[in-house]
Amino acid sequence: MTTLTLAKALNEGMRKAMEDDPKVLVMGEDVGKLGGVFRVTDGLQKDFGEQRVIDTPLAESGIIGTAIGLALRGYRPVCEIQFDGFVFPAADQIITQLAKMPLRSLGKLKLPVVVRIPCGGGIGAVEHHSESPEAYFTHTAGLRIVACSNPADGYTMIQQAIRCEDPVIFFEPKRRYWEKADVDTSAPADDWTPFDQARVVRPGADATLLAYGPMVRTCLEAAAAAEEDGRSLEVVDLRSLNPLDIDRVVESVARTGRCAVVHEAPVFSGFGAEIAARLTERCFYNLEAPVLRVGGPSTPYPPSRLEDHYLPDLDRVLDAVDRLFAF
Amino acid sequence: MTTEPPRGAEAPPELVQLLTPEGERVEHPDYDIDLTPEEVRGLYRDLVLVRRVDLEAVALQRQGELGIWASLLGQEAAQIGSGRALAESDMVFPTYREHGVAWCRGVDPVNLLGLFRGVNHGGWDPAEHNFHLYTIVIGSQTLHAVGYAMGVQRDGAVGENGTATIAYFGDGATSQGDVNESFIWASVFNAPIVFFCQNNQWAISEPLEKQTRIPLYRRASGFGFPGVRVDGNDVFACLAVTRKALADARSGQGPMMIEAFTYRMGAHTTSDDPTRYRLADELEAWKLKDPIERVRAYMFKNRIADQDFFDAIDAEADELGRDVRKRCLELPDPEPLAIFDHVYAEPHRLMDEERAQFAAYLEGFEG
Repeated sequence: MTTLTLAKALNEGMRKAMEDDPKVLVMGEDVGKLGGVFRVTDGLQKDFGEQRVIDTPLAESGIIGTAIGLALRGYRPVCEIQFDGFVFPAADQIITQLAKMPLRSLGKLKLPVVVRIPCGGGIGAVEHHSESPEAYFTHTAGLRIVACSNPADGYTMIQQAIRCEDPVIFFEPKRRYWEKADVDTSAPADDWTPFDQARVVRPGADATLLAYGPMVRTCLEAAAAAEEDGRSLEVVDLRSLNPLDIDRVVESVARTGRCAVVHEAPVFSGFGAEIAARLTERCFYNLEAPVLRVGGPSTPYPPSRLEDHYLPDLDRVLDAVDRLFAF
Repeated sequence: MTTEPPRGAEAPPELVQLLTPEGERVEHPDYDIDLTPEEVRGLYRDLVLVRRVDLEAVALQRQGELGIWASLLGQEAAQIGSGRALAESDMVFPTYREHGVAWCRGVDPVNLLGLFRGVNHGGWDPAEHNFHLYTIVIGSQTLHAVGYAMGVQRDGAVGENGTATIAYFGDGATSQGDVNESFIWASVFNAPIVFFCQNNQWAISEPLEKQTRIPLYRRASGFGFPGVRVDGNDVFACLAVTRKALADARSGQGPMMIEAFTYRMGAHTTSDDPTRYRLADELEAWKLKDPIERVRAYMFKNRIADQDFFDAIDAEADELGRDVRKRCLELPDPEPLAIFDHVYAEPHRLMDEERAQFAAYLEGFEG
């Protein structure tokens, strides 16, 4: 067991993947000498060389487009998009090309490409550096969408994403990059939780909080605070948004009877809407209250001096919990 | 009234030509080609057969058997010349109009028709033919080609017995960001790639001057690699120029752009009506530069083939047309549940769930 930050855990996970498979490449803007603007790729170019850790031209569509070509030649590229808000120049390559190759080729082609995206707010950044674009991609068939929330998952999930034969959009909660936790780097991969499975990270009996990425910790803090009020909240880390592990979610919500989905992204047409709809279909008669969504307002991300008001926090989550019980 | 050329476009463009529209062999200082009579007959056969397949496909669309067809009429020499320059290990990234290149790569024409009939999005195995799937979104494939070429570099497959990659695109595509990004990447990484631009003068209804004010091949120098304009209706010149560019790429000399100057004799696709935006005069002028007629004239003059040969090729073309038509009509519609096939390479529970639900729904109609 070793203590790592999330950034370092991801770094160690990529390092392990590169050691295990010479076809794994890392590519993106500033990922080489600099080690990425968040240092997640720190030291990889020094150890694996410029042929495997590629500082690319400053062009996101080019990163994904050439990664597709590299994958067609047998490589497994791990692309870094520097910030969430910069993924949109690559959206055409991701949605139109990356997501559709197995289907278009009747299964003859596979594109094992990982697109890492530092996401979410809370770091006082300028605009386009704090967004949560996951719902744009969960709507696109052919992509797998995952979000890690802690160092232990960061270490395993990045390796699972790299081994996956499908393209994976890998969201990393940038404000959690520097949070530390114990990581068991010696556990065999067969013992890891499959990366498309949700996990109960805090058991509870009275209501379920569903979250992923940066909001998992917020929900854990809310659950700890609620315990002092005598409410037992279960927290489920979804981990994978597409596919969604709906059976595990239903199991929890059917048991507790109350559910709030928490994400940073705007509520309207957000990922929480999909979960709320499915819970209504799957466990309508178990629900004591409507499924609530806690998220950003349906506005663009605000200037950073306002982001504390925009982002769901412990109080916003507990306010939703109060409404679940008041219904 | 005289029209001044725009700044930057003063010098007249150069054109590599080895066979005139009248069928005369001409010399070029940088490019030459030495073809045996058998090779010339082979090129002629290719040109005629792909035109015949194209004609059959247009007819099939008009009869309601294809949803749409993008005709290559007029561009046969550009495609056969470049296609026959390829080595087996070279990799091709086509647009949706590269039926002639597909022919050179051994792709069954019926597999091309499947896409336009709507039974699949591309029925051939790209790895078997080293011919990627058709790409519909304009220019996207140029980045895939550069990435593939970067993989070739990482495999150490540059140098003696090296592998080249060729990316096809049109004049309209040169305005796309992806194409410009692909030029930058190819240049910066010195990727073993040939950019083969078929300038057929029209991007649906938009003439070349809506895309550029300098000759397209001159764009290359700004990105740091050579560009050349070739007579795209001259199969000898297209073969010679592409051969050299591919050889240079394979040996590690990096990217090159070829602008094949040609003309889209038909509509953009069968859904298009060019009489709304271009004059018949232009079409008539280009008819005199037909890519097949000049080879035929050359062969007659040089006694490379006699009338029996031409008759035999015409008969073979008709037989191919009949065969393609017959097998196109026999293409089965996919089963409804095929909607869920191959969306993911690995098991995916949402696909499983929706497939099962849809199967149950369909079963409700039975009995």
